Amino acid sequence: MLSTLQPPRSLSHFRTNPTLLLRYTSLKTLSSLSSQPVTHSTLTDQPCSPNPLPHSQILSTRHSLLSRHLTATQLADSFLARLRLTEPHLRSFLHVSDSVLAQARELDEKIQRNEELGPLAGVLVAVKDNICTAEMPSTAGSRVLEGYTPPYDATAVRKIKELGGIVVGKTNLDEFGMGSTTEGSAFQVTANPWDVSRVPGGSSGGSAAAVSARQCMVSLGSDTGGSVRQPASFCGVVGLKPTYGRVSRFGLMAYASSLDVIGCFGTSVADAGILLQAISGHDRLDATSSKREVPDLAAEFVSISSTISKPLKGLRIGLIRETLDGGVDTGVTSAVRSAALHLEELGCSITEVSLPSFSLGLPAYYILASSESSSNLSRYDGVRYGSHVAADELNSQYKDSRAKGFGSEVKRRILTGTYALSAGYYDAYYKRAQQVRTIIRKSFKAALDEHDILISPAAPSAAYKIGEKKNDPLAMYAGDIMTVNVNLAGLPALVLPCGFVEGGSAGLPVGLQMIGAAFDEGKLLKVGHIFEQTLQNCNFVPPLIADELTS
Amino acid sequence: MASTIFRSLHTNPCLLHTTALLRRKDVILYCTMRSAQTRTAATQDKVKPQVKVAPNIQNKTLEKASKDYEAVIGIETHVQLNTLTKAFCSCPYNYGSLPNTSVCPVCMGLPGALPVLNMKVIESAVKVGLSLNCKLSFNSKFDRKQYFYPDLPKGYQISQFDVPIATGGYIDVDLPLEYGGGHRKFGITRVHMEEDAGKLLHSEGGSYSQESTFPFILLNQRCSTSYKAGVPLLEIVSEPDMRTGIEAAEYAAELQRLVRYLGVSNGNMQEGSLRCDVNISVRPIGHIEFGTKVEIKNLNSFSSVSRAIDYEISRQVLLHSQGEDQEIVQETRLWEEGAQKTVTMRKKEGLADYRYFPEPDLPGVFLTQDYVDGIRNTLPELPETKRRRYEKMGLSMQDVLFLANDVNVAEFFDTTITKGADVKLATNWIMGDIAAYMKNEKLTINEIKLSPQELAELIASIKDGTISGKIGKEIVDPAEIEKMVEKVVSENPKQLEQYRGGKTKLQGYFAGQVMKLSKGKANPGVLNKILLEKLNAKS
Ligand SMILES: [Zn+2]
Repeated sequence: MLSTLQPPRSLSHFRTNPTLLLRYTSLKTLSSLSSQPVTHSTLTDQPCSPNPLPHSQILSTRHSLLSRHLTATQLADSFLARLRLTEPHLRSFLHVSDSVLAQARELDEKIQRNEELGPLAGVLVAVKDNICTAEMPSTAGSRVLEGYTPPYDATAVRKIKELGGIVVGKTNLDEFGMGSTTEGSAFQVTANPWDVSRVPGGSSGGSAAAVSARQCMVSLGSDTGGSVRQPASFCGVVGLKPTYGRVSRFGLMAYASSLDVIGCFGTSVADAGILLQAISGHDRLDATSSKREVPDLAAEFVSISSTISKPLKGLRIGLIRETLDGGVDTGVTSAVRSAALHLEELGCSITEVSLPSFSLGLPAYYILASSESSSNLSRYDGVRYGSHVAADELNSQYKDSRAKGFGSEVKRRILTGTYALSAGYYDAYYKRAQQVRTIIRKSFKAALDEHDILISPAAPSAAYKIGEKKNDPLAMYAGDIMTVNVNLAGLPALVLPCGFVEGGSAGLPVGLQMIGAAFDEGKLLKVGHIFEQTLQNCNFVPPLIADELTS
Repeated sequence: MASTIFRSLHTNPCLLHTTALLRRKDVILYCTMRSAQTRTAATQDKVKPQVKVAPNIQNKTLEKASKDYEAVIGIETHVQLNTLTKAFCSCPYNYGSLPNTSVCPVCMGLPGALPVLNMKVIESAVKVGLSLNCKLSFNSKFDRKQYFYPDLPKGYQISQFDVPIATGGYIDVDLPLEYGGGHRKFGITRVHMEEDAGKLLHSEGGSYSQESTFPFILLNQRCSTSYKAGVPLLEIVSEPDMRTGIEAAEYAAELQRLVRYLGVSNGNMQEGSLRCDVNISVRPIGHIEFGTKVEIKNLNSFSSVSRAIDYEISRQVLLHSQGEDQEIVQETRLWEEGAQKTVTMRKKEGLADYRYFPEPDLPGVFLTQDYVDGIRNTLPELPETKRRRYEKMGLSMQDVLFLANDVNVAEFFDTTITKGADVKLATNWIMGDIAAYMKNEKLTINEIKLSPQELAELIASIKDGTISGKIGKEIVDPAEIEKMVEKVVSENPKQLEQYRGGKTKLQGYFAGQVMKLSKGKANPGVLNKILLEKLNAKS
């Protein structure tokens, strides 16, 4: 259980790993040089080192705090130092908390007094800026909410804080989550840590880049049509989109309510899973949150014994045929095919599965998401929050506030949605999209009755250049083809880095998407964990911070 | 008008055995003669008999024309539910609390906040649906109704669109006897749940008023969230089955009785807990197609419902009869109480497009048969059933309508009967003395210091002769007492002479004689005052 003071037994290999202990010792000496960035264990995982496996930063944090190898203040210091160094290149944060060190010191005092620590004690969490935080501005990347600080924490944020997590700051995003590049932010463009001339993906680009560049340990994003999974793929981190209803949406600024979920980023599957465990569960403030019990997800991170050659024996995996068709970069296709081979080596049976309705997902998604967003965003009238355009007459005030407060992508979707819901068009658009959604849900259900997990690329390409698709919304929309169906079906999906394609100075990461049955995040985490722990010759630390360490 | 007073305990030893009658010494029950007015004593919103029609319209032509046309009236009623908390958040709400005192992220429509349905709303809707003889939807849902309004926090209202919780019912109504009486059955199209949008009305004259006519919300407060936003409502839509203002008013009155009987709302029209929007059109008799429909808002009493409709019928009939029916346009008109007329509020340009779609933040509303049966089994006796039962008990229609009008009066009556009281006597007491007392003291039947048990005992005592019916009441009317005094004085000339000769102790003798004549029920104070005047008068 996460609430126990010791790391779970199933994860004991992390605790007893002698290399980890060595790293902590070396960190201690580093930390005395306060002007230099203090690095956490992961940072020694340099691309040149032989096959360093991803490990749980959450568990190693816990271990180093409990064993007094490191103080929470030292850890926070090191991350903040790196954040300050990398932020000018990345611009992943819209707001950085000024109370991180104070919270870390408070935690250190608790440790001194031998008080019980929450399972996320000292864990540095970044939060996407469309998730409400009571003590920090929450703008959703929109001018319409510029300067707005909510009076309450989102349920997910509250839970993280209650378990001891420290919120580092608020990350950049496409305005209200509408976009796939984070270029749609009203405030700044975030760069990809693998190549700062490229987009980090979106809409949770800030959260993905922050985790990738180790500006924080884990982060929260939101996923309406792939907004956690696609940036995870672009930034070479793990992205977990839970089942719709698994995590309370209370405090998540709604884009498309029937599709929105809060998701998790981490540098390991275990971290994404532990974070999910922390934020999951029914919330009486969200009527759509599920009352299903949350299983012990940590139990899925079994240690890999070298004696078992086929730890995933018997697992049936379906490779979605439609996701390897034309329009997908060949580098991506081959990375996913070799990931499939890797799974086969682990004992899975791989079969191709066809989802004929797959291509219908994209138009259905854009109609439904736009329709819901046109309604969800009607509350931003410029009268209550954020940007306020002076106008004598009420109606013109609304028009001015909304015209100046919303970016072009948001306006495009509001207009699309308003149109789709209008009398005379409703049946042709909204209603038909709902019918398509039902078909998609059924076809996924059927495929998942035959298979334990479905796999596909997380995106048709690796990260592309900033500005490349900015003036071509349709090209950007097309990039969501791999992910939107999962939201329409409400299923959980895990994206984890599985390989590289050429690009940048060190190649660009490619993400593998694993789709599971509703509420079966446990299986995804188990398979993902074994996958990452056995993946050879891949190191997903971006050159930006690897370079900094060597310079 | 002759008035009698119940003797309070210490002044009338005859009523000793009904000591419990008055729990407080100072409580006096007044009585008025039974008259048509007493029927309204316990009913604040009862239809007034006079139907005023503005003089500029009321003329001979109109009277003649009226015979050739009929009005078609349908009513949308919003009933505010007394669910303690709002429809979709846990904010308490009460009338009288200042605006914006009970708000939270949810009802303020803050970013990230989500609605959660108050289950009491469903319970109330099911109660009303069953009581209106509707078919319930076991599988309904909420929808978003979207329009841009200054006071609509989320930019949409959570309502039910294509699958309301209840449909296809009817309501039975007994028309007031003053208007000829009669029984009517009006169809109920649907009942659905929604939140109060707390919206402002805009008249073409430029002034704003709130739909509920609640005085707090002013135009310059538009930037604040209305405290009313999110208050749970039921919208009850009738079939266009009514033909006159009286029928419409009685329909609304019956709905008020119903929600009060069910205890789901206080049904108060002045406070806006029960609001009626009337749709009205006029067509030549015999025509099947409806005329152009006009909506009337701002009706905050049953009499304004009745008067506004009759005004509007006259207006439309006049236009028809003058061949100017094209002047009747689809619009919303506001009833102006002061001017007693309807005025244009806003013209409708085609059908408003509310862009309804299923509310994604709320799961569907699923009812089980057990749940519905559970509610059905706890429904109280409804007004219509009660009236028919009272009728069978042999009560006159006037009595039936009065007793069943107020659920508390009906309960008082029923309990009195259960305690063994004679039906007719109990009716007379409640409709006469008690009703008058309540009216004068501005009390409800639950506030008077007489319990049904005590009334039953009193009635029993009177009936079995322990006390006569008249002894139950004290005579205070000076004219009546004066007559008796005069009689006694004139019949005892000898004693009068002695008194005037200085034997003033004889006042007691005279008083005793008058008291005897009045069978002990003359008020001693009044008696002595009059007696002294007569005895000391210079003849
Ligand atoms: Zn509230």
